[in-house]
Amino acid sequence: MTRVNTLVAKELRSYFVSPVVYVVGAVFLLIVGLLAYIYIVFTGAQAIQLMQVQGQAQINLNDLVFRNLFSSVRFVLLIVLPILTMRLFAEEKKLRTFELLMTSPIGLNEIVAGKFVSVFVLFLGLLGLTGLIPVTLALFSDFDWYPILTGYLGLALLGALFLSIGVLASALTENQIVAAFVSFGLLLFLWLLAGVGSLLGDTPAGQVISYLSFMEHYDHLVRGLVDTRDLVYFASALVLMLFLTHRVVDSTRWK
Amino acid sequence: MIDVQQITKRYGQHTAIDRVTFSVAKGEVLAFLGPNGAGKTTTMRILTCFMPPTEGRATVAGYDCLEQSMDVKRRIGYLPETPPVYQELTVQEYLRFVGRLRGLAGAVLTTAMSREIERLGLGSVQHRLIGNLSRGYRQRVGLAQALIHDPPVLILDEPTVGLDPKQIIEIRELIKSLAGSHSVILSTHILPEATAVCQRVVIISGGRIVAEDTPDRLSTRLRHSEKIALTLTRPPGDVEARLRQVDGVLDVHGNGPAGHFLLESHLGKDIREDIARLAVTNNWGLIELKLISMTLEDVFLKLTRHEEELTPGSDAAAGLASAVNENNMGVPS
Repeated sequence: MTRVNTLVAKELRSYFVSPVVYVVGAVFLLIVGLLAYIYIVFTGAQAIQLMQVQGQAQINLNDLVFRNLFSSVRFVLLIVLPILTMRLFAEEKKLRTFELLMTSPIGLNEIVAGKFVSVFVLFLGLLGLTGLIPVTLALFSDFDWYPILTGYLGLALLGALFLSIGVLASALTENQIVAAFVSFGLLLFLWLLAGVGSLLGDTPAGQVISYLSFMEHYDHLVRGLVDTRDLVYFASALVLMLFLTHRVVDSTRWK
Repeated sequence: MIDVQQITKRYGQHTAIDRVTFSVAKGEVLAFLGPNGAGKTTTMRILTCFMPPTEGRATVAGYDCLEQSMDVKRRIGYLPETPPVYQELTVQEYLRFVGRLRGLAGAVLTTAMSREIERLGLGSVQHRLIGNLSRGYRQRVGLAQALIHDPPVLILDEPTVGLDPKQIIEIRELIKSLAGSHSVILSTHILPEATAVCQRVVIISGGRIVAEDTPDRLSTRLRHSEKIALTLTRPPGDVEARLRQVDGVLDVHGNGPAGHFLLESHLGKDIREDIARLAVTNNWGLIELKLISMTLEDVFLKLTRHEEELTPGSDAAAGLASAVNENNMGVPS
C-alpha cells in the first residue's frame, strides 16, 4: 500500500509540473461555469416571465439548473478526461521509464492502482472546485441538496469509468495522441450503445444493450435515485477496465 | 549468484538469443560484449524479470526470474540502455521515489540518497530538474537509481555511454570498487572497458555465446602463433629470406624499404633473442623488437565475424592490422 501511495504521489507531482493539468483544468472549470451561468440566467428569465404572468413564481432549481448541468457535464468529461489519462502508461513506455517500474519490486496490481488512483484524485479535485456552483447558488436560493449529492456521486462514478477506460487505452500504445483517441472512441461507443438500446426498445436485446451503456445508470443518479444495480454497473465496469489494463500491461512483456 | 541455463528468446520468427548459458559468481564482474543487436539487452531484460524467456531458466541469488520475480527484483539494481529518469522530477525527488519503490524509508532512505549523491558526484545538481541535466548527469542519476537499495546484483546496460573520458574513468573505478561485494553484469561494445573492469568476458554474437573467459586467456586461446614487430633502419635486400632461416620463424611479412616487419613464430617459442643477435651481428640498425599480443579487439572481431571468414588464413591480415594499431591495449604475455 505504501508503494501505491509512493506512485500516486509521484504521478500527482508529474501532473502538476506539466502544463496539461492547468490548461485542461482551466478549460474544464470554464466550460462548466459557463454552462451553469447559461442555465441560471435562462431559469432567471423564466422566473421573471412567470412573475409577470402569475404574480408569483415557484422555480425548481434542481430541475431547471442542476439536472441540465449534470447532463451537459457528461460531454465535457468525455472530452477532458482522455487528455488526463493519455500520458499514464504511454509516456512511461515512450521515455523508457516503464522498465524502471517493471523491474522494481512492485506488483502490476499496484502499478495499475497507482496510475488510476492518481488521476482519479486529480479528477475529484477538479470536481470539488465545481462544488462552488451549488454552494454559491445556495446563498441566494433554496433547493433540495439530495439530488445534487447523488448527482455528484454519479459524476464521480462516471468519471471513474471514463478514467479507467482512458488508463486502458494508454496501456495499449506508446503514443499519447493515439491513447486519447482510442479512449474517445471507446467512450463514444459506450454512449451510442444507449441510442442503439432505445432503438431496439423493450426487447431483451434492447435492455441488455441499454444496460451496457452508462447513460441510464448515470441518469438515475442525477434524478436522485440511488439504485444498487447502477452502483454495481459502475463498480463492475471499473474493475473490468482495470483488469484489462493489467492484462494488457502484462502482455507487453511477453511480446 | 546469477545462473542462466539455456535461455532462448524469440520475437515471432526472429530469435534474439539462442540457448544462452552462463553464470556469475558472487562478487564477480562480468562483461557482456557484442555488436549491436547481438542480444545483450534481451538477456539483461530477462535477468531483471522485465520479460520472460521463451525457453530456459534464469535464477538470481537462487530465485527463479519467472516464478519468484519479486524476490529477484528486490536483489537487482538495473540500469537500462536509456536511463529511466523522470524529467519533471529533481534528482533528489527522483531518488526518493525510486528508493521508496524499492522499500526504503525514513533514515535508511535519507542515508542511501546522500550516499549515492556523494558517490556519483551529483551534489551540485541534486535540486535541479533531471530534464535540464546533460546526458552524462542523467546517466549518473540512472546509476544512482540502480545502486540506491544497495543490491547484491547489478545489471548495467552500457553504463558509460554518453559520459566524457574523465567520467568514464570514474564510473569504471566505481564498478571496480563494487566488485567483491556485488555481482555485476555490464554490457558494452567498448573493448578496453571490458579489459579494464571485468574479470570475465562473455562474447555474444547473433544471439549466441561465442566465447567466455578472462580477457587475457581469451586473447591467448585465440592466438595460433606469436607475433613480433621488428623495425630495422638498414635492412638488406634479402632480409626476409634471412629472417625466415631463423629457427622457429613461420612467416615474415613486411615493408622492406620502410624497415617494418612482422614475424610469426610457433606458440610458446620466444625468438626475439635470435632475431636481435642476427640483426646486431649484421649491423642492420635494429631499433624496435616487440612481442605483439592479440588485443581483445582482435578477438572480438574474429569471433563476431561470419563463419566463412574464420579460417586460419586470415590470421596474418588480422595480426598485421593489430601490429599497426596504435591503440594496442594488450599486455605482452
